[in-house]
Amino acid sequence: MNEAIIKLSAQGLNLWFGNKHVLKNVSVTFPEKQVTALIGPSGCGKSTLLRCFNRMHDLSPDARIEGKIMLENEDLYDKKISVTEVRKRVGMVFQKANPFPKSIYENINYGLKINDIPSKERPAIIERALKESYLWEEVKDELKKPATRMSGGQQQRLCIARTVALRPEVILMDEPCSALDPISTRKVEELIVQLKKQYTIVIVTHNMQQAQRIADQTIFMYLGEVVEEGRTDDIFNHPQKDLTKNYVSGHFG
Amino acid sequence: MKLAARETIDSFVKAAFRTTGLLVIVILGGIFVMLLWNTIAFFAHIKPLDFITATQWNPGGNRASYGILPLMVSTGIVTLGAMMIAIPLGIGTAAFMSEYANSRLRNILKPMIEMLAAVPSVAIGFLGIVIVGPEIAKLAHQANGLNALNGAVLLAIMALPTIITVTEDALQALPVSYREASYSVGANRWQTLRKVIIPAAAPGIIAAVMLGVGRAIGETMTVLMATGNASAFPKGFFHSVRTITATIAIEMGEVPYQTTHYYALFAIAAVLFLITLLVNLAGEYFVNRYRKYQAT
Amino acid sequence: MMKRLSPVIEWFTLLFCTGTVLSFLIAILWDLTAKGWPSLSWQFITELPSEGMTKGGILPAITGTVMLTLLTAVLAVPLGISCAIYLNEYAKDNWLTRLIRASIRNLSGVPSIIYGLFGLALFVQGMHMGTSMLAAGFTLGLLSLPYIISTTEEALRRIPASTREAALAVGATQFESIRDVVLPSALPGILTGVVLTLSRAAGETAPILFTGVAFYINGSSGYLNQEFMALPYHLYMLSTQHQAIEQVRPLAYGTALVLVMVVFFLNLTAFYIRYKYRNNE
Repeated sequence: MNEAIIKLSAQGLNLWFGNKHVLKNVSVTFPEKQVTALIGPSGCGKSTLLRCFNRMHDLSPDARIEGKIMLENEDLYDKKISVTEVRKRVGMVFQKANPFPKSIYENINYGLKINDIPSKERPAIIERALKESYLWEEVKDELKKPATRMSGGQQQRLCIARTVALRPEVILMDEPCSALDPISTRKVEELIVQLKKQYTIVIVTHNMQQAQRIADQTIFMYLGEVVEEGRTDDIFNHPQKDLTKNYVSGHFG
Repeated sequence: MKLAARETIDSFVKAAFRTTGLLVIVILGGIFVMLLWNTIAFFAHIKPLDFITATQWNPGGNRASYGILPLMVSTGIVTLGAMMIAIPLGIGTAAFMSEYANSRLRNILKPMIEMLAAVPSVAIGFLGIVIVGPEIAKLAHQANGLNALNGAVLLAIMALPTIITVTEDALQALPVSYREASYSVGANRWQTLRKVIIPAAAPGIIAAVMLGVGRAIGETMTVLMATGNASAFPKGFFHSVRTITATIAIEMGEVPYQTTHYYALFAIAAVLFLITLLVNLAGEYFVNRYRKYQAT
Repeated sequence: MMKRLSPVIEWFTLLFCTGTVLSFLIAILWDLTAKGWPSLSWQFITELPSEGMTKGGILPAITGTVMLTLLTAVLAVPLGISCAIYLNEYAKDNWLTRLIRASIRNLSGVPSIIYGLFGLALFVQGMHMGTSMLAAGFTLGLLSLPYIISTTEEALRRIPASTREAALAVGATQFESIRDVVLPSALPGILTGVVLTLSRAAGETAPILFTGVAFYINGSSGYLNQEFMALPYHLYMLSTQHQAIEQVRPLAYGTALVLVMVVFFLNLTAFYIRYKYRNNE
């Protein structure tokens, strides 16, 4: 790819749901403090791949994984590594905003509380997280309000705030804008561009324009395999493979 | 709390939850073993053939006789009568709720059916004595009206909520396209119901009936209070009968532990257990069948 | 003519079915209220029975039923909820899980009198509890278990996976996600099921027949190691076994009305929780 430090990578990753081979020998790398977009038609395995990086498949009893996922020099699937620790270091924002059924304040406070951050430090961290997600001005006077009463865009930014409050090393985003209107989408996109100054971001998206607007690197997947990866500009304007070319120019997907 | 401690708690709790799950198997197994054990003890005293073929249940007499036949026939008569009343009424009500009632009416009817299901069996048995009994007595010129018919009426009331709920579920589960297809060839609502809806929902309705039968066979207090409990061989709806459940309820309180009579009551309980198990399994089989139809 | 008339007749047939079923409920409520209401008085619910049950109140039967229902709840609710959590949150879909689920379905179909026998053999005799409140409570607890498990599992199933993932993604352990997020969200549904189950248990008679209920005890019900009086059994005895049945009929009506009121109160509570919960969604 380029000279940037490789923060996260998958090496020879295979995943089965029961007998279904969903990810086939996937090897990809994600450079530090950049945004990498995963694109591809529905069912190509991009969300499944994303969920491997914080071990979300641990809960699906019929999922079987082979291969390595390295966060810097550690294998995330090493038996000695705690899954809870992995998820603290690799945060995730979901397709549909899923705030806890608690107040705005408690939504961020919960992660701090269970991760044993002293209660004296928490208010400052919460304020900072809300500011980083450009939510502070909108909600600073109603932190006690239930999060479910916020707008969809606000809820998704709260979920991002909840994630950044824990200072993760990597943030995974699974189509974070798919349920949002254009204005909220723009706000979230601006936020992502700001966040990459501090975090390594992997984002699954269906939206080609979005990938071009925010991603430094792009990975194109098809039927569980990586077809092509490279700089976003190259993938969209000078793809090496016909399959990629057909997809990015909208012939299928 | 430190991460290691939290993860220890997590795996400990998981093991605890798992144990409670296993406990459920132990309980069912325990019931089964308890019945089986005491039944074996019973057959050490009495030949199985006598148990099945003898026409008398008379544990107290000089020549004690342990024939389950009269008890089974009693249970059979009462259950049959209950179903003759409850099946048409239940399907009719479910069809009305599902096909004719608007959602406001349905929202009133449903809680009322649930209320009917909530009435304790002993209260229904009491009403069998004070209301149904005297009416039957007048009708049949009998002294008190405590007979199989009375039990059947009460059991019908007890089985109705189950039958209505499950049938209505099955009717509601049918896709709208079935109805639309039928209307589009000019059938009216009634023809649609009879020719299309009910046949298509048949597995669900059979399941409803099975679960209702299971409920009726296993019911104790209503039959104990309303059927008169005569131990003679049952002769018909207007005669007193004594079901398996009522026999256990009456005699278990008085019999000394670990006598033949004591074991005999466990043996008839084992038979009851097997019958209800089979009926409920059959019900479940049909429920799964209509669920499968839905999926496709 | 016939063709135009028949849908009307058919509509009336179905209406007649529905009406008949409703008339059962109305007849039950009307008869119990009309004839039981005159028996109700402050004395009736606060005094001990007197003069061979022909006079006085039913206080020990009320306290007995309340205590027994509470004991049932204490024994069955934690175990039932915990088993449901195991099945819905942890269990893999393998033969063991299927066996547990099949056991639960079959347990809920076992006739209540068989629970009575099981309680007699295991708790009264096997564990030497004797005929007592404790043995009866354990028996009713077992009877209630499958209902609590299936209603709780139903409530847990309604919580979307994304809710659990939200907690896991901020570094919660599975237990923490269940405790802090899943259970609070499922609570109204679980509560509805628990209250409905307890209303059933309060009205059950057959399982306590041989495990601890008594027609009359000296003093008050409520000691774990002693026999107790209970409303459903009291009604059964007053209406079938008393030597002066006609004379005690008003007392039987009063007892029946109190019993049905207790059970309906619990049911209405459950309906109310469910109604509020649906509106919040």
